[in-house]
Parts: sequence; C-alpha cells; structure tokens
Amino acid sequence: MERTLKFNIFRYNPNVKNDKPRVETFELNETPRLNVFTALNRIREEQAPDLMFDFVCRAGICGSCAMMINGRPTLGCRTLTSDLPENIELYPLPFFKMLGDLSVDTGIWFRGISEQLESWIHTQKEFVPEAEEERMDNALANKIYESERCIECGCCLAGCATAQVYPHFLGAAGLNRIGRFMMDPRDQRTDEEWFELVSTDDGVFGCIGMMACDDVCPKDLPLLEVFSYIRRKMSVVPFTK
Amino acid sequence: MKVITSDVLVIGAGLAGERTAIACAKEEQDVIILSLVPPRRSHSAAAQGGMQASLGNSIKGKGDNPTIHWLDTVKGSDWGADQEVARIFADNAPIAMREMAHFGVPWNRVEAGPKDVFIKGKKATIVEEKEKEGLITARAFGGTAKWRTCYTSDGTGHTVLYTMDSLVMQLGIPVHDRMEALQLIHADGRCYGAVVRSLRDGEIITYLAKSTVIATGGYGRIYGESTNAVINEGTGSWLALQTGVVPLANMEAVQFHPTGIVPTDILVTEGCRGDGGILLDVDEYRFMPDYEPDKQELASRDVVSRRMKEHMLKGKGVKSPYGEHLWMDLRHLGKEHLTTKLREVFDICMYFIGVNPITELIPVRPTQHYSMGGIRINKDGHAYNLEGLFALGEVACWDMHGFNRLGGNSLAETVVAGMVVGKKVAEYTKKASLKADKTLAEQFAKKEQDKISHLLNSSDGENVYTLRNEIGAILTKDVHIFRTEEGLTRATEGLLDIVKRTKNVKVQSHAQGMNPELSTALRIEGMAKQAYLIAKGGLNRTESRGAHSREDYPKRDDDKWLNRTLARWPDPNSEPVFTYEPVGILDLPPGYRGYGDDLRENMKISIEKYNKKIHNEQKKHGRIETSEPTGSKLPKELWKSEVKEAK
Repeated sequence: MERTLKFNIFRYNPNVKNDKPRVETFELNETPRLNVFTALNRIREEQAPDLMFDFVCRAGICGSCAMMINGRPTLGCRTLTSDLPENIELYPLPFFKMLGDLSVDTGIWFRGISEQLESWIHTQKEFVPEAEEERMDNALANKIYESERCIECGCCLAGCATAQVYPHFLGAAGLNRIGRFMMDPRDQRTDEEWFELVSTDDGVFGCIGMMACDDVCPKDLPLLEVFSYIRRKMSVVPFTK
Repeated sequence: MKVITSDVLVIGAGLAGERTAIACAKEEQDVIILSLVPPRRSHSAAAQGGMQASLGNSIKGKGDNPTIHWLDTVKGSDWGADQEVARIFADNAPIAMREMAHFGVPWNRVEAGPKDVFIKGKKATIVEEKEKEGLITARAFGGTAKWRTCYTSDGTGHTVLYTMDSLVMQLGIPVHDRMEALQLIHADGRCYGAVVRSLRDGEIITYLAKSTVIATGGYGRIYGESTNAVINEGTGSWLALQTGVVPLANMEAVQFHPTGIVPTDILVTEGCRGDGGILLDVDEYRFMPDYEPDKQELASRDVVSRRMKEHMLKGKGVKSPYGEHLWMDLRHLGKEHLTTKLREVFDICMYFIGVNPITELIPVRPTQHYSMGGIRINKDGHAYNLEGLFALGEVACWDMHGFNRLGGNSLAETVVAGMVVGKKVAEYTKKASLKADKTLAEQFAKKEQDKISHLLNSSDGENVYTLRNEIGAILTKDVHIFRTEEGLTRATEGLLDIVKRTKNVKVQSHAQGMNPELSTALRIEGMAKQAYLIAKGGLNRTESRGAHSREDYPKRDDDKWLNRTLARWPDPNSEPVFTYEPVGILDLPPGYRGYGDDLRENMKISIEKYNKKIHNEQKKHGRIETSEPTGSKLPKELWKSEVKEAK
C-alpha cells in the first residue's frame, strides 16, 4: 500500500532577521524507489519553494548532500524512503557552519583542513614532459586509492563525539587525508614533519576510539586501518630522534 | 557595489577550469576561480571510467601512438571534428596523464604476468610484460583500436579532480565558491569580466579581469532525463549566448550514453562494457554482435545507443513502470572485479535501484549524457568575436569531438585543453591591459539587479519549475536519439513559445540569501533558448552524422553538411541567427567509420579546395587570429603509415 510520508524538516534562514529555528512538516505520497533527493525536490517544487538543501551529482559521488536523517548522518541522495518509517526527521549536519535549512558549509571546512595539512604531494622533483612516469606498484596504487576515495561529505565529523567537544579535531576525514599522503612515496615529507602535524590532541592521539566515523562513512573507507597505520608510524618517531 | 579585479577570471572549478588557472598562476598571473559549488563537488568528480591517452603500456595497447588515437577520434566524430584540434589533443594526452601522476593521481598500474579478462564476450588470458610493470595501465573503451583508457578503478574523475584541486591550493589560487556568473561585462568586442551573484547571501559583485575563461561544463539538465549533475544547466554557454556576438556551435550534437540506469538516470561507466560487460534484451539474448559484428558492445556511443533503441523498437525491450529498457550483464566479471575495479558501479546499483550486479542484471537505457557543441573557440581557446573571452571543456566547442565523442576523451580533454589553452590565456593576459571603466561594470550589474528585483516583485506569472519540466519533456520526446522533421518542427514551435513565457516568471519565495527558486528563475531563459538552438539546429541539418540521427535523412551528407553550425542570438526578443563554417582542415579524408551504417553522400569538391577556404571562411565567422597559423599542428598524412601497418 502507498504510504503518506511525513517529513519533519529543520528550517532556519540566518539571512532573515529575527528568523527562528523551527521544524516544519510536509506530507508526501511515497512512490516506488523514492529517495530523499527526489522527495526534497518535490517538496521544494510543490510546497516550499524557499527550502534550502544541497545536491550536485545525486549519485553518491560528490559528497554534497550529507544530512541527519532520523538522527544519523548520511547521504540524502542514496537514502531510499522505503528503508525509513513514515515519519522522517531531516536536520542539517552538526559541527559545520549552517547556511540555511539543510545546507551547511562543508566545502569551506574541508578547504581549511586541506590547507592546514598541506594536502598535496610535497616534492622537489620537477615534472619532465618527455620522461616516462615513475613506476609504482599496483598494490600500493590501490591502497592509496582506498583512502583517496573520501568524498568530504562530513558524515564522520557529524558522528564524532570528539569533534563535538574539540572543534579543532581533525576528525576521521582529516586523519584519513594524512594517511593518504603519508603512504604515498611521491610525498617526501619526513616522519618528523608528519609528527608535527598529527601528534597533538587535534590529531590522531585525540581520537578516543569510539569509531562512529567508521559506522557512518558512506564510502566504507578503511578508517580503522588508516588510523592504526598513522599511530604505528607516529608512535616510534619520538624514540628515533 | 563590490568590485573585485584580477588578471584572469576563471568561471567553473572543475578539471578544465582548475587546470587553466594553474597554467596561468604558474606564469605569475593573478587568478580567481568562481564556482557554483565547492570545487571538489564539481561534476568532473563524477566521471568514472577514465581518460584516453596513447601510453601503450598494457599489452593490449602495445604499439599505440597519438596518430592511432587521433584516427579513432576523427572517425568517432563522424568527420565533424576539427582534425588539427584532435591532433593537438592526441599529442598532449600522454603528457597530461604523466603530469597528473607526478602531481599525485594513483593511476592503476601494469601488473606483469597473466591476467584473465573478457574480450568480445569471451574469456581470454592476456600476459602483461615485465618491462612495463608499474607504468600506467589502461582499459578498453568504445570506438578504439587499442586499450587506451587510463583509470583509477571507476573513480577517475574523483582522483584527478582532488589532485588538481590540491595544486590549486598549493599555488594559493583563491576559489570563490557558491558564486554564479549571470552576465559577461563586454563592449565593442572586448570582454572585461562578469557580473556575479553570491549563492550564500544574494550579493551582486562585479569581477573585472583582463581575461575571462568559461569552464562550466555541459547543459545536460535541460533534458530533464540526464546523467548530468543537477548544476549542469547550461549557465556558462548562456553567458556567451547573451552577448549576442559569440556563437554556440553544433548545439544539435548531443550524446546519449548507452548505459544510464533505470530509474534515476545515473550513469554506469563505459568501463563496464570495456571490462567485458554485455547487453541483453528481454529474452536475455545478446543482440549487439548481430548489429555490429566487429566492435559489438564497444562501437562508439552514438552507434550503440542507436542499436539499443532500434532493438527496443522491434519489441525486444523490457517493459517496466519506468518505461522500456534493456539489460547490462556484468555477472560473469565476478565479485572481485565488481567490488574493486567497478566499485562505484556496484555501489550505485545496490544503493539506488537495489540490484546486485554480482548476481542480477542491471536495467539500462540510452540517456542524455554529453554536449559535443558549445561556445565556439579557436584552437587557442579564444571565443569567436569577443577578445579576452576564452572557453574550454564540455562548455566549449574546440572541436575535437565533432558529432560524437569517444568515451574517455572528454575527461582527458579537460586536462589537455587546460594545459594548452591555459598557456594561451597566460600569453594573452600578459600582453593585455585592463581598461574596463567602472561605469560599464555598473551598467551591467544594474541590469541584473533590476532583473532580480523584477522577479522578486512579480505578483503573477509562470511557475519556473513547470517551465523547466516542459522544456525537458519536449527535448526528451522530440529531440532525442532518432529525429524527424515532424518532431523537430513540433519541438521548435513548443520551445519558442516557452522562450516567450520565460519573460513572465513569478518567484513565490522572496527569501533573502540562498533562494533556489530565484536561481532557477534567473537560468530559465537560458535553458529555454539553448533548448531551442538544439532543436532548430537539428531541424536545419538534413543529414545524419554521429549522434544527430535523422530518420528522414539517414545519409551522412559530406557534400552539403561537412560543416559546423554556428548560432548567435543578437536580438534577445527576436529569433537566433544560424550560419555555417567548414569543420577545419581535412587530413583524413571522409570515409567509413568501421562501425555503424555506411550511408554516405560524397563531397563533390576536392579536399584541396575544401582546405583552401578554411582560413578565410572561419575568419569571416568571427574566429580571432590564432598565435600560430591554421594547420601548424597538423602534420600531413601521418596516418597513412598507421593504416598500412594495420592492414
């Protein structure tokens, strides 16, 4: 039987003076294979033209549409309503700056963290157009790719207890980014340089190991593996000096 | 009013825009990038399968070189491409791949030894060479003579974009995200920047620059049913069209990808078929070898899409509540392959349609995917008729794709064009001076402000979402894979009516700041007008070439139509102007592609005569002088030795 879904959506527009945060309810008949992307667009087109939310690829690849769906941070585009009860609560991700309703500024936060960690290959080598590329073992390329798959959606930070208390915590996404470059032989940063970046409470030793990030990551990144790789590498650094 | 100046203004932070910005920054130019979304969310990130470059490291790519890549590209284009531009592309693609490896892309590499693969539906074993171990490997894609598509699993766009964006950060190039350019600032044939609206708070800002670069991607969303991201609404090509002087080229050349999934229209990569996936009909019968005995599932996209549609019209489609479709079968590739090399595809099928490709068939049908046409530029990336305006990537018509682009060639184009055009932009910018006066900028900004306050204060008018849905419905019905005079006439009439209705739109929400309905209202005229150009261009072109397939004119007509459509819209309240220019120098003479139907009308004039008129004809249509003469990068008849060897 076709259900009537009740979407209880958090509303707040910080650009409107005296606007009050509130929850508004919208009813929608459920069609087969309805997902939160289609549902929100239908609500905007038919009921609330000013409803703010972010989607780009709508295919689980770009990381734009993370939100709290019935209390859990996840991607809106690939959440099917058939997996949810009739009452659906939609809230913006915590931790990030709110832009309005379900839209938060994950882009700016991730840019900041990437700049802070200098998330690029550090090398003195110049590119030589005529030369053959440097060889790499395919197994290592695959391993780097595993961490490179992070789509910067922010679910891990929204689900992280430490991040809610310590706003400077790098979070799973930040640590994963470090792991990605640490294991890449093209990046010539030394263990000491890495140690400076991750040895504080903001870094890998600030994690209290509840691993909610690992539960909520929509891309199933090997976070546990990456964290222990960083910890292992970093815990020996003080003794090698 | 806020005014921001820079040497170079790049509109769009996907791969093409970012690579151009990097090229300019390396030449000490002060660059600002604008983007609708955070740069890493750009649609480049969604590209899955890979990038074509003739590195020839895999055993199945052995002996490959830029000339063979060029041959595949020109044939794929159905001779609509500018052969010199295709040559520039093919020559630079291997360098671009190696450069991206240097910057950090974790390309999949050659593993020496035997490997089980599927070729033309059959299991086979290939043996990769020891001396190639660790070099960038490649997979098969459609319409190619060699395995040439470099990849990182099926997340190639993602890794290349993340790497490119990391360089943008390293070089300290500012990206102003959630910004939408509404109008170019220009006068007397010179571009001075753009009027921009912040999608965060609605502020109008003018950006002034010596050079302006449009790299905003395609317009797929105009079709409604499209594989494209929701931001691909033709905003960049609309900027050019609004000038009235810059032409949009070959807008009727629209690519339909064979494997959009049903429902949701999300793409699953051509890499599926490249890695051995096959297409089945309602009887689970493999039909492609009957139509295309040689290339089978790996003919060019236009041909495969057409064959699929043809087969469905014979009653062999699978009926579903979402319309007819066919099946793609990946089951034989096995769990290991599907969860590593085709992992995004696996996830998409599981999450979006609840299909497990390890054990089940995937429902697919041809879906709008790519625009070969776009802002007409010369080989340096400079737009026709407007000094200081450049364009590249999907939004532009450089024109290496002609009437059909090969899979893996557009993602590669973004980076290669970024390298090549980026250098030219830097060269131009160094010589240019910024003479824009603020009054001009204010005039243009005021026009946009007036438009916005008019929209926000309108008490009655059309619903913008209804208009958008109507445009998509018309294109999907009458401007799709197979086209007829009847359907195209109906479409042009319907779309012209919608163009008029876009002048009277009512915005219900008066919210300050991010106002999604207002954003759509500001885009809708551009969407309607571009839809009209697609339909009208298709109606005018009485032949079938590449993706433009006329049931009433099934032949490719090289005598009348070996040309490029150019459409300008000088009077916004009247109808557009269509003219035609030759495609460019012909080195490979028009012939049979090697797949698809071979129905052709030959050219009556000689190739020498055709080639002789290129320079003057294109100049007449507004081509800005290139830094090197026409043809300088197209060595004559190199292809002859390759064709002989192949025999």
